[in-house]
Amino acid sequence: MSRLVPAAVSTRYGDRWRVMQDRLRDVSDLHRSTTIVVSMAIAAVLMIILPKLPPLNIIQPDGPWYDSFANAGVFVLLAMGLNVVVGLAGLLDLGYAAFFAIGAYTYAYSNSPFSGQDLPFLPMLVIGAGIAAVFGIALGAPTLRLRGDYLAIMTLGFGEIVPIMFLNLQPWTEGTNGIGGIYRPEALPGLGEFTPVSSFNYMIVMLVIVTLAMILMYRLHGSRIGRAWMAIREDELAAAANGINTVVTKLLAFALGATTSGLAGVFNASKLSIVSPDQFLFTVSFTVLAMVILGGIGNIWGVAAGAFIVFLIQVVFLKQINTVVEAFHIPVLSDINFLNYQFLLYGIALVLMMLFRPEGLFPSRARKAEFLAESADLDAEETPEVQGSLGEVPGAEEVFGEASGEGVR
Amino acid sequence: MTDVLHAARVTKRFGGLVAVHDIEFTIPEGSIVSLIGPNGAGKTTFFNIIAGIYDPSAGEIIFRGKSMIAHARRAWLEPVMWVLPALAVGLVTFLLGQSGASSGLIALGILFTIISLMVVMVVGVARPAGYSELLMKLGIFRSARPNDMVVAGLGRTFQNIRLFQNMTALDNVLVGMHSRLKATWIDALLSTPRDRREEESARQRAEELMTLVGLHGRSKEVAKNLPYGDQRRLEIARALASNPTLLLLDEPTAGMNPIETADLTRLIGRLRSELGLTVLLIEHDMRVVMGISDRVTVLDHGERIAEGTPDEVRRDPKVIEAYLGTPPA
Repeated sequence: MSRLVPAAVSTRYGDRWRVMQDRLRDVSDLHRSTTIVVSMAIAAVLMIILPKLPPLNIIQPDGPWYDSFANAGVFVLLAMGLNVVVGLAGLLDLGYAAFFAIGAYTYAYSNSPFSGQDLPFLPMLVIGAGIAAVFGIALGAPTLRLRGDYLAIMTLGFGEIVPIMFLNLQPWTEGTNGIGGIYRPEALPGLGEFTPVSSFNYMIVMLVIVTLAMILMYRLHGSRIGRAWMAIREDELAAAANGINTVVTKLLAFALGATTSGLAGVFNASKLSIVSPDQFLFTVSFTVLAMVILGGIGNIWGVAAGAFIVFLIQVVFLKQINTVVEAFHIPVLSDINFLNYQFLLYGIALVLMMLFRPEGLFPSRARKAEFLAESADLDAEETPEVQGSLGEVPGAEEVFGEASGEGVR
Repeated sequence: MTDVLHAARVTKRFGGLVAVHDIEFTIPEGSIVSLIGPNGAGKTTFFNIIAGIYDPSAGEIIFRGKSMIAHARRAWLEPVMWVLPALAVGLVTFLLGQSGASSGLIALGILFTIISLMVVMVVGVARPAGYSELLMKLGIFRSARPNDMVVAGLGRTFQNIRLFQNMTALDNVLVGMHSRLKATWIDALLSTPRDRREEESARQRAEELMTLVGLHGRSKEVAKNLPYGDQRRLEIARALASNPTLLLLDEPTAGMNPIETADLTRLIGRLRSELGLTVLLIEHDMRVVMGISDRVTVLDHGERIAEGTPDEVRRDPKVIEAYLGTPPA
């Protein structure tokens, strides 16, 4: 769009701003990983300092803020993983929480009085993610030949089956009570011991995980595999006709999504120190999907930022509305528990989003172009189709036109 | 001249409808062969069989000397090969466990069976590179899928343009190169030097291909924003990206004006002379067909009604009848 605005119309300031933006973009494209590390470091510094200063420390002290940030990180990770499946490969996965559950229960089995195991935290992150990936492949192999709605329904079913299994396999999972008393991670170098109140440590660990995940995802996104995913999302038949093994590629997207989800599950289990089936209901899958859509489907950092913002709104600000409203004794409103309305908020946000900003809060460049082009080219698109239909059905005379010459007539 | 492709008595039925009936067809190396016929003659169906999209009901396609596509002969041997050994080993472990009453062995047997079934499922569904070839070597025949055909050296375009609309022109061509690039997801994750070098040279080659088809300097444009004729060209560039031996073009000039058509005809000629490609063309525009084809095959109602040089075909009474109807008696 910026290029459509004639130079004379836009102000000099705007021009300079745009040039700067473009230059920044080019640099960040070139040194992707460095850019991510630097911006995550800036985010980390802000996340450490801001909660100690007003206005944030008026809302709640820094401890709970760090705790919220760490929890938000879990959803950032989930959203980034789902973004690979839904945003890049275009496979609608409604049972994403299943892999989250599998990661969490894996950690619970490896680190709790229930199983009598106490395995180290960092290797378990990898192992939990790996086990989730195996389940991702096992689910994906028979189902990924399905398309669109059918795949969504299959994954929805899987998302229901997993928590119900954990709920009903009483002897192995303690049913509704879940597995409690999960051990805290061992002390990490530079961070010290993890205690029930050491949310700062969890936040730092989460920041590192998210940074790594983001670097890896951007690398995949720009690679041969990322292109193949996008090609499948655009047109599966054409992708196959261009040499992409669609099943393997989709399976890979599914497995990587599951891996990320499993990783988030392990982290979450160790942070909450309890896992129970009700943590992994459909609402989680839905929340994450809503985050992906709100953040700007397909755009990795946009999805991460979207998830972070949505989670904070949901957990911190809804709670604050409650306290504020109660403190001032506002008649009708003080009877309402706003926390119960988070899904109403998602619903409203999604509807508004589809009406006013369908590309998401932070769309990727390609997607932004897509939506802009759609509104601009509405009439331009008609032309080729008309031409096409004329060209396809030539009259018999036209067929043999000048080529036939002496032969026919 | 050897044949790049030989379709041996290919038949395709959809329910009761015989779309393609018993067609014998060869494409000699380095030639431009056209497939024409009235609408509904089965051209595109035949095309899709060659491209690996449909399995033929009978007959086979021999591509570059290898049988690639055939009616699923002996396909039942594949599950036998994988599942039966897995089940057998599982059963033996299970029985051993039961006779010794060792629950560990029983569990192991069950576990082994489940794992091997899962492996079978994943391998059978995903068909990783080389799997189809392995099956063929073992005498178990499974038709190549579209992506296997691309790996074997076939490139195609579609009748109604099927670009990746929301990707840039360059990315479209790079996707076409997919089967010729070697970077795995692990390379991508680690961003190995090999991966970066490959990416760099792939981009260069993609730019070259875009220049070849006349889209120089438009690599950053989103595919759907390109003009219609350029989209056709981009689709050809994408098909060329996999370094095909045989290029299938499905009505490449449909919807083009005469100037664009002439340009594209020249381009097709250049593809043969400069890249040494063999081209199979479906086309309605007879100027194009008669102008550049070495041989023309005419289909009607799924049957081959004529075959020969453009001049021979043009004079063939059956062809005239198919296009113009029976002359009044």
